[in-house]
Order: sequence, then C-alpha cells, then structure tokens
Amino acid sequence: MPLSFEQPIVELETKISDMRSYAAEQGVDLTDEIQLLEQRLERLKKETFANLSRWQRVQVARAPGRPTGMDYLQSIFEDFTELHGDRALGDDPALVGGLAFLQGQSVMVLAQQKGRDTKENIHRNFGMSHPSGYRKAIRLFDLADKFHLPVITLIDTPGAYPGIAAEEQGQAWVIAESIRRMSRLRVPAISVVIGEGGSGGALAVGVANRVLILENAIYSVISPESCAAILWRDSTEAPKAAEALRLTADDLLQLGIVDRVIDEPVGGAHRNPGSAMERVKGALVEELAALMSLTSDEWIRQRRERFRHLGEFDLV
Amino acid sequence: MALERFFRRKRPTKGDEDQSPAGLWMKCDACSAQIYRKDLVANQYVCPECRHHHRMPVDARIQLLADDDTFELWSGKLTPRDPLQFVDTKPYPERIAKVQDQQQRPDAVVTGAARLEGEDVALVVMDFFFAGGSMGSVVGEEVTRAAERAAEEDRSLIAVTASGGARMQEGALSLMQMAKTTVALEALSERRLPYISVLTDPTTGGVTASFATLGDLIVAEPNALICFAGPRVIQQTIKQDLPEGFQRAEFLLKKGMVDDVIPRQQLKERLALYLRLLRGGLAKEVPEVERAAVI
Ligand SMILES: [Zn+2]
Repeated sequence: MPLSFEQPIVELETKISDMRSYAAEQGVDLTDEIQLLEQRLERLKKETFANLSRWQRVQVARAPGRPTGMDYLQSIFEDFTELHGDRALGDDPALVGGLAFLQGQSVMVLAQQKGRDTKENIHRNFGMSHPSGYRKAIRLFDLADKFHLPVITLIDTPGAYPGIAAEEQGQAWVIAESIRRMSRLRVPAISVVIGEGGSGGALAVGVANRVLILENAIYSVISPESCAAILWRDSTEAPKAAEALRLTADDLLQLGIVDRVIDEPVGGAHRNPGSAMERVKGALVEELAALMSLTSDEWIRQRRERFRHLGEFDLV
Repeated sequence: MALERFFRRKRPTKGDEDQSPAGLWMKCDACSAQIYRKDLVANQYVCPECRHHHRMPVDARIQLLADDDTFELWSGKLTPRDPLQFVDTKPYPERIAKVQDQQQRPDAVVTGAARLEGEDVALVVMDFFFAGGSMGSVVGEEVTRAAERAAEEDRSLIAVTASGGARMQEGALSLMQMAKTTVALEALSERRLPYISVLTDPTTGGVTASFATLGDLIVAEPNALICFAGPRVIQQTIKQDLPEGFQRAEFLLKKGMVDDVIPRQQLKERLALYLRLLRGGLAKEVPEVERAAVI
C-alpha cells in the first residue's frame, strides 16, 4: 500500500506501464511520450520527497518495504553469522546480532529488527526489545571488545517494549547498562538510524563515535502519537507533535544529535532498497576508515565527549 | 514527559508552602486520615497514621540528609533554552517561566556539597514539583557537573531521584541526557568513589533508564513507583490488569532490582553506613600483575 502522499507518483507509474504495454500490444511507437512521462515522474518524486512534512517523514521511516536490519545484514555485510541469546533469559528476536565482514574487515554488528510482514512482525515484536535483547547487546559488546572488533549498530525500533515481564526483568536497568557498556567500548563504534529511532530503546545501542541517519529516518524522545496523547490529549494530533519534536534527519543534524545524513534514492529507501543499502555501506566503510587512526583510549574519549556536550541551556 | 501532566493536574507546589488556614490540615492520600500538616512535615512527610511516604520537597530532603549547616549549593546557574521552539498548547518558555516562579529555581534539580554523618558527599536531589522532575538539558548538565565535581573533590555521590522521565519539549536533546549523565558517572568509577542512588516516588522513564539505576548501590523508599514505562502505558499496550504492587519498591526488591527498601527515618544513617563500608576497603590494591595471576 502506497503512502497517501505517494498516490500521484503511483498513478503516474501506472500510466507509464499502461502505455508501455499498449505500445507493445498495438505495435505503436510511444517512446517520446513515455520518455516525457518518465521525466515528469522523476520530477514529481523529487519534488514530493523534498517537501515532505515531518509527519510524512515519519510515515516514510515506517513504510512497508523499507529495508529492515536483517536486509542490511544479508546484503551489505559478507558472511553475517548470527549469534543468539543473552545467556540468562533467552534470545530476543527484536535485536539481532552477530559477526560479519564489512568490505573485508571483521566487525560485530547489531540490528534492531522489525518484521517484513505481519507474521514476522509478531515474531520480532515489532522491533521492540525485551531486557533480554539489551542483555544480548551487552554480551556482544563484551565479545567485540575482547577480539577488537569494530561495532556497528543499526537502529530501527518504536522503543523498548512496555510490558509486565519487561518491567520485572528491569527494562530500565538494562537500557542504562547497555548505554554504559557501549560508552566503554575499546573499539570504534558507528550507529546508523535506518528507520525509527524510538527513545531510550534506540539510544541503548546508539552510543557510538559516529551516529549516522538515513534521510527519511527519525530519532525522537517519544513517538509523535504518544506525545500528542499527552500534550494535546489526542493522539490524532500526531502530525502537530511530529512538527514540534524536530525529529527528522536534518533537524537532528542541526541539533548535533547525528553527525551525518545519508541521502536516500529519490522516492525513499522503500522504493529502491538496494540503492539505499549500498549508500549506507559506502558511508559505513568511509566512516570506519576515518576512525581507524585512533587508539582505544581515544575512541573512548571521543565517544564520551561527543555525548558530554549534547544539550542546550543558558546562564541565569 | 511529565511537564504537561503536571500542569493539568494542578498539583500543590513545593508541598509545604501552603500557609492558608485550609492548608493547616490535609488528608493523607493513602489512609484518608486528616493530618495536621505540621505533624507531617515534622515527621519527614511520612504519614503519622499509616507510614505512607509522601513526596518530599527538595529543601526538606537536603535537611534530612546533610549535617547541619554543611550544604553548599552548586546548581542554579543554568536555565533552560528553547532549542526546538516547542509549542503545544502553550510555548515551552512560558511553561518554564511559570514553574520557575512557582518553585523558585531554574530547573528540576538541586545539587551541592555536604557532609553526611561526617562523610564528604555531593548531593543530587530532583524536584518532582518542578515540571514533574522531567530531565532536559539543564537537569542533565547539572547531574553531569555534580558527578564530575564530586570526583574532583573526592566525594561520594548520592542522587535522590524523582522524575516523570525525559522532557518532551527539548526533544531528542532530552534523550541524549541519558547518555550524558551515564558517561559522567565514569569519573567517579575511575576513582572508586561510591555512587548511591535513592529512588523515590515516582522515578520513571529516561531517568530510571540512565543514572538512577547505575548506582553502585540502589535503594528505594517504601512504596515508591519505579519503572521504565508507566503503569498506564503498559495497561494500554497489553490490555490486562497489572499484578498487585507492580513497579513498587517492595516488588522490585523481590525481583532483585534494588539493594534495599529503606524507610525515610532510617535513610540518613543507612547511607552513612553504606559509605563507611564502601570506603573502608583495603588501603592498598593488589598489584595488577598478581591479580592477573589469580584470575
Ligand atoms: Zn496515611
């Protein structure tokens, strides 16, 4: 299902494909007409996506068909080898981790995983981790440190799961612990927000030396729906909340919360997943290469300072 | 997240400032007994009838913990900015100005140096009556500075938390305070200075998921609500009734999430004992080489 603002794009695409089949069936030459329409389509896509409201970007960040964590693990890394379990409570399918090569370099990679369809979404709990997921992350950070493996995390979650067992098992405790553990990594760490960066559940695996974000991804302290429910007392005011929260890639770059925005192919990552993932790979390779000149102590110091300086205030 | 809720419910400010005749008496939320407000204050805001621990104003908390005339204020020089130009039904600066006026401080935390039964400490005390104790850039920075300065001055850190979570009106910058405060605690860790967190009612959201639960020791006040997601959010998600006592201090003690639940009247002596015990370790560390051999 296309997003509502994509309707004109979809209509034009349909028209082009109709013309193609008509030309083929009737044996008439419509090359010029089709080319004209294709140019119009490119323009339309560009214009539509350049002028998205913040709420529309939220829709794109969550769009079906947008590449998920596992898609990246399987396509831009080589030999991804999943490592399961937290050694205490179980194995959380909402957070996937393991070893892989990134252009020849061994790395530890963690990805928050939403489903690609309803069935997988239920299995993955819509990308919302239980404490077990964060415990697994902590375990993999330990392993990465021991074997000097650079850490890459792909962020895509509505947030940590709010449930009875999650609270009983100390959801807040493990998020805090994961933040601390990641800040202590003696290896370089890079995070990429690939879809939805939902609050503490995202930050738990986002304490990196470099934090990157895809053009149409978002990162927020609270979902626009929940924010609207609290501040406007009406979750249908989510578009207003999305505006107020300044949660788009460009907003976050301005606020210093992310270091780099990775452009998506025109029309969004969901319209061209392969190209979007290649761009992420390119950025990761580049960023990792740039970090390689530092020492362990410098990686830690750089990461600490990065977060130490976030915040804005005035003197009384 | 608590700023707006705080305004809507029109909670009493500060807790003990109501001097009107009607304010002389109050009804205990827990047992409904009519109690003389002065008795409640004299009893550290613990109901004389049912022992319910009412929320405590910051000044009273500091008085409870600091030895007489030893508290030296560190915080108070920073005030919120409006980096998002956040407007919901009202602009953020307007909300802040109003609550600053009510609470007579620039934001929801007070920090400072003190002695606690003679032990040198830094105190971080959150003010739930200020915008629901929500953590934005100022709270994050004050906590961070307090931790850093405590480390420099060889003080243990005691944080008394009370918070509705991150402050929505500062967006993702509020979220980042979770990482910032966490990282600030490293200075204490490196010097092996104790950090004890005291979780009071309510401690929720981003504060719980950062410095509040990273204490070397974590204690809670009786019946305090301590959680990541609030009970209402969970109920809406799972559409089931929550277990009895869920997310309360005693429940968390059973689940292994806090070291102890300590009644307010014993809090100071217990903290002092913890500090003496933690700081009374072997004077010399085992040299690294020998330790490695043992492991
Ligand atoms: Zn009572």
